[in-house]
Amino acid sequence: MHGASVSLRELGKRYGCVRAVDRVAIDIRPGEFLSLLGPSGSGKTTLLMMVAGFELPDSGAIWVGDRDITLVAPNRRDIGMVFQRYALFPHMTVAENIAFPLRMRRFSKKKTMQAVADALALVQLGGFEARLPAQLSGGQQQRVAVARALVFEPPVLLMDEPLGALDKKLREQMQIEIKRLQQSLGITVLYVTHDQEEALTMSDRIAVMRDGRLEQIGSPAELYDAPATSFVADFIGKMNFLEGECLGQDARCFEITIGRSSTIVVDRHLASHEALPQRGERVRLAVRPERIELTPHKNQKLSGIVESVIFVGSSRTFLVRLAGGELLHVQSQTTRESYSPSQGERVGLSIPSDCVHVFPQAEC
Amino acid sequence: MPESSLAQPRIHGSPSSAGRYGTMTSLVLVSPLILLLGIAFAYPVGRLLWNSVFAPEPTLAHYTRIVAEPLYLVVLWRTFQIAFIVTVLAFLFGYPVAYAMARIPGRRAMLIAACVLVPLWTSILVRTYAWIVLLQRNGIVNTVLQETGLTETPLQLLYTQGAVILAMTHVLLPFMVLPIYSTLRNIPDDLAKAARNLGAGAPQAFIRITLPLSLPGAAAGTLITFILALGFYITPALVGGPRTLMMSTLIAQQTTELLDWPFAGALSAVLLTSTLLLAALYRRALSFSKGFSNG
Amino acid sequence: MAEADLALAERVANVRSRAGLDVARILVILGLGLVLFFLILPTLIVVPMSVGTASYISFPPEGFTLRWYIAYFRDPSWMSATWFSLRIAGVTTLAATVIGTLAAIALVRGRLPGKELLQAFTIAPLVVPHIVIAVAFYLTFAPLGLTGNFYGFAIAHTMLAVPYVVITVGAALQRFDPALELAALNCGATRLQAFFHVVLPNILPGVAAGAVFAFLASFDEATVAFFISGIEGKTITRKMFEDIDFNLTPVIAAVSTVLTLISLTLMGTIEIARRRSGAGSDH
Repeated sequence: MHGASVSLRELGKRYGCVRAVDRVAIDIRPGEFLSLLGPSGSGKTTLLMMVAGFELPDSGAIWVGDRDITLVAPNRRDIGMVFQRYALFPHMTVAENIAFPLRMRRFSKKKTMQAVADALALVQLGGFEARLPAQLSGGQQQRVAVARALVFEPPVLLMDEPLGALDKKLREQMQIEIKRLQQSLGITVLYVTHDQEEALTMSDRIAVMRDGRLEQIGSPAELYDAPATSFVADFIGKMNFLEGECLGQDARCFEITIGRSSTIVVDRHLASHEALPQRGERVRLAVRPERIELTPHKNQKLSGIVESVIFVGSSRTFLVRLAGGELLHVQSQTTRESYSPSQGERVGLSIPSDCVHVFPQAEC
Repeated sequence: MPESSLAQPRIHGSPSSAGRYGTMTSLVLVSPLILLLGIAFAYPVGRLLWNSVFAPEPTLAHYTRIVAEPLYLVVLWRTFQIAFIVTVLAFLFGYPVAYAMARIPGRRAMLIAACVLVPLWTSILVRTYAWIVLLQRNGIVNTVLQETGLTETPLQLLYTQGAVILAMTHVLLPFMVLPIYSTLRNIPDDLAKAARNLGAGAPQAFIRITLPLSLPGAAAGTLITFILALGFYITPALVGGPRTLMMSTLIAQQTTELLDWPFAGALSAVLLTSTLLLAALYRRALSFSKGFSNG
Repeated sequence: MAEADLALAERVANVRSRAGLDVARILVILGLGLVLFFLILPTLIVVPMSVGTASYISFPPEGFTLRWYIAYFRDPSWMSATWFSLRIAGVTTLAATVIGTLAAIALVRGRLPGKELLQAFTIAPLVVPHIVIAVAFYLTFAPLGLTGNFYGFAIAHTMLAVPYVVITVGAALQRFDPALELAALNCGATRLQAFFHVVLPNILPGVAAGAVFAFLASFDEATVAFFISGIEGKTITRKMFEDIDFNLTPVIAAVSTVLTLISLTLMGTIEIARRRSGAGSDH
């Protein structure tokens, strides 16, 4: 089984006057695991439905390998799909469910039986052939759905929030299993999710969608460390946002005020918008909680009072109220020697200049 | 074969939303139904109504006759009166049954459900016949009355308005119970419990929580019962007599005995209009109940 | 109102349950029992009436005899009416099930202009009083020789029965998850294959229930049958109507028992099947 490339070329889809998908172009490499990530209504499911053939795009084209499938009927696309609630046929046994794609392709009985056995072994469900879907647990149903989607050896697998119905523990286990399966088969996966943690864990690349548009596409690390917009910054990982005003700039950095008194310095290359902020312009700053460092209070430029301390095992989160009233989340590892102020304590904060993202304020 | 159009998925033309059949396919699928209802239902009913105004020449005489002749006005009035009384009785009897059916657990609920469903599933003719057996001169009710010494001579029960009301209430009661039951069953038991927990007594919890939430079902049941009672034929025809003539029996009389088709058409139009107005109300009640469950 | 009584009874019961004195509750249960008795009595009374020996209706029935059943089965006019009804009901069931199922698919899953209006039109025969339909049908179809005639009945009863099929199959389709059909297409099935392999097996209970409703809607139908029966072509309901009106013999009780048995068996089967599938899906 070898993955094929998938190319979405300027895809567009409208419902009435709503642009569900607005000129989205994505090139997926063979064997790549690409996640479509976004809140509900961002167009990610519509995009997937168009690749599966259940929706026709108003404009643009879809290519799989060197084949234009834009107008091909869904049953002739040879693309596997795992549905949101699995969509297992309730009146068929596990084996019949998995055999269904082969029956439709008129495989011989013998070949079908062998392929079904192989597919069940692949998802570690041997011995469950005669069960009905209703007699399986959620995780087992999920595996059957995966087996059914893979049994006819499609070059591309679509997954529509396949883990949404499982509880957290099982979900994490299945994430690893699906990823392992994808890597061993070398199949191309297009994975829809609204769970950013899931996308970060599993994907080679993530395409963040918003209001039908492609907001940013890149590796998990790129999206986390260099979000292109404040939407991506907010959607992926935890992020503190602060309002500020640009005081001035030199060749390397800006100086920005927060509230009335505090100022911070930001590296120039971290300003995301094309036009760099001018003196006097209002901007939006974003800082990851784990990039902020807490120090004992000693007249730093930035200081605040610890409002509460949340213990989360390996790390601690401090909620720090700045003088201007803003609340910052600060996360630090729980080690023996790390500085750990208690509630009500006044602390200084230092934010390295290369850790602050600057966005134009108008954006939100 | 109409299904053959399903064979090829539509790949061109207007974008088809996921899992929907296209307009052409759908039209092919409904066309036998439209043809059947058009020929066997809409056309005959339309013609009956047309005849009431245009046969042989345009006239409203048949309609003015209904209003002008006291006999027909009395029938019209009696029809609504009987339908109203039947509906009220069915509600008073039906609500407690629906409530018990929805709230009592286990075997006893099955027993109550059987008492409601068995009559519903029995031919109306059989049930009407049973009432005749019960109410006739030497019938069961009279036998019991005489043997217990309550009366000395048998009473005239059959062919009275009371008999018609009693039999119709019995026949239509399940149509009242079932809609109320289905709304009551969908009201979480927790709501009344929450009200009790918040300090309401049992009667208050019922009046302030359960009763208002079951109103959509009660409205639906009431309207269905009233609509069916207005146009009921078999039971009034067999249990009633000349003095309990209703719209339906009058229409039958006009066609089978007097062959006055235009006048029967006019009477049908009046009955039909009342029914459709109520049915429109019923749809409003339904959408009301829908909004209720969404809200 | 009895409801408040019931609630009151509950409270009284709560307060005095230890004392065991529970008058209000007993009254409520008694009232409920009377209503249930009122509901069930007339339906079941025909059974003892049909086996009494007296040739007039008397209560309590004396003796035990099957002569009224034998009389029913030996009477050619009853038998021909019964067969006539059964044939009509059979054809009606088939026609209404096919026509109604196709229409339900289009009405639930299709794109149709004026769908709301079509849905209203579909159930119109249920709303319009049967007396109006009966008279209208007679007026139009009597001149065509379609009264007292098998085909006339088949058309009329299919029209009356088809809304039941559309409603039950429509409800089954609404419960059916459209993703299953998409999954079938994704697996390589054509629309037609997806329908027969996936959609139909899953809505089959609904279709079966619709067929039963259609059968009973025809077999028990009396009003339209009253108008369009002839001297030759006469349904069992029309024959019963005449006999109730003119010569009330215990044979009618026997026929009633047979009719009730058929109805209860069919509807009971559907109800049990429905409950079982409902219980099955809970697990």
